[in-house]
Amino acid sequence: MKKLILTTTALAMTASFAMADTVRMGTEGAYAPWNFVNDAGEIDGFERELGDELCKRAELECTWVKNEWDSIIPNLVSSNYDTIIAGMSITPERDEVIDFTQAYTPADPSAYAAMSADVNLESGVIAAQATTIQAGFVAAQGWTLVEFATPEETVAAVKNGEADAVLADKSFLDTMVGQDGLVMLERMEAIGGGVGMGLRESDPELRAKFDAAIQSMKDDGSLNTLIAKWEVSTQW
Amino acid sequence: MFSYCTDPSTLDGLKWLSCYLTTGKHMSFYASFGTVLALLAITAPVALLFGFAGASAARARIAPIRWLGKSYTAIVRGVPDIAFFLFFVIALDQAFEWMRHKVKCPDWDQPIRQGSDFIVCDAAKLPLSSSPQWIHEAYGFSLAVLTFAIVFGAFAANVLYGAMRAVPRAQLETAEAYGMSHRQTFWRILVPQMWTYALPGLSNLWMILIKATPLLFLLGVEDVVYWARELGATKTAKFSDYPHGNWHMQYFFGLLVFYLAFTSLSERVFKRISARLSHGQATAAGEAQRKAAQ
Repeated sequence: MKKLILTTTALAMTASFAMADTVRMGTEGAYAPWNFVNDAGEIDGFERELGDELCKRAELECTWVKNEWDSIIPNLVSSNYDTIIAGMSITPERDEVIDFTQAYTPADPSAYAAMSADVNLESGVIAAQATTIQAGFVAAQGWTLVEFATPEETVAAVKNGEADAVLADKSFLDTMVGQDGLVMLERMEAIGGGVGMGLRESDPELRAKFDAAIQSMKDDGSLNTLIAKWEVSTQW
Repeated sequence: MFSYCTDPSTLDGLKWLSCYLTTGKHMSFYASFGTVLALLAITAPVALLFGFAGASAARARIAPIRWLGKSYTAIVRGVPDIAFFLFFVIALDQAFEWMRHKVKCPDWDQPIRQGSDFIVCDAAKLPLSSSPQWIHEAYGFSLAVLTFAIVFGAFAANVLYGAMRAVPRAQLETAEAYGMSHRQTFWRILVPQMWTYALPGLSNLWMILIKATPLLFLLGVEDVVYWARELGATKTAKFSDYPHGNWHMQYFFGLLVFYLAFTSLSERVFKRISARLSHGQATAAGEAQRKAAQ
């Protein structure tokens, strides 16, 4: 109890001094079920719930910030917010610019969605969101790639015939297939590591706090419960 | 919003639409129209001020000021808007933070640039990371106003510079003959008469400014285009009480109507201003007014 009072006073004091104890969480808000904007206009989804729980465990005060995917890393390194929690896979290229916590969802394969199941990927046009692991993969294969700023546009491109198939996280495509004749292909690609939170390289303390919080959620199984609830990936 | 909106899946027709159009998300969409109008209302006079300063500097008698005015219009007009908006705003933001950092944290010993990171002390952050979200948004908005004002100020400067030179030389000569100083001639004779020449160019700029507001989203300000894109995107029943397909067409059509109505209204206002300014001017429009009055 005494400790509780102490921490509350400490919190109240830091708040009144307006010191930077608020952690600003940057996300895209356009990638259901990971993160999206709900009917009330608030950020919602797996990562919203996860982030709020992590902040609670790490005893941090968090606010949420929306940012476009294209500029999500530049705005992190110029300190407009403190973390990226936006379904971002951990890759060596990104790791050179920013740091990642340990993964909070396991590495899952990416899937294709198309208007018919027998589409030829090698000779077709593949849509992917710009600066994603999927876009990098398609480019590396030497296939024809069209990039879009938002996930929604990649799916729309397949529906209106601009692209033959879209490559994206399976959990995202799960929410899209079945509409307007969109089907999932059998073929999957094992690309990318798990999904983790991105932080500035100069911010190791915050990273350690979130790392510990993710570990504690893994240990008590609450992370698996969340993953199951939002159907974002396989279990740990 | 309405009491019957608790379970939208049971509703249909107008009732469903009334609930759908009053969700919190749609309220943000309506509010963003206010954002756009506010941006225009603030940017236009500020840009005009920048333009006036630029034009006056470009015809100054002191060479360094003249160079400053001329290079401002030349450089800003030559850089593509998008490049300017992407690069300049981050640079401006970092410049402000750097200055505050120098003042507020003189005993900071770490470098500000660490690899690709830009680190200033917590007290120097703009806005403070502990400030509420609306302050962050207001800050982003004012950065947007400043950037728009600088860009459109350069174009306005060129228009005003041309207008100042279009005022008949005889008018200025007469002023000089009356013994007015350079400054008096400028403020009493040149400035009041130049607007009639500047107006067509300025009205063009205003129209372009209206249509340039979607650039706001590049600056992180959620404007009408952002919300139209977000609201029009496919919604599945799992994540929304109001599932629908891709409705981008409908939302962007709404924007089209908004922009067209706004530009046609502006056009009418400009017509009136132009008629007023032509009064007694030695221009074809002024001459026509004189003839009509006879």
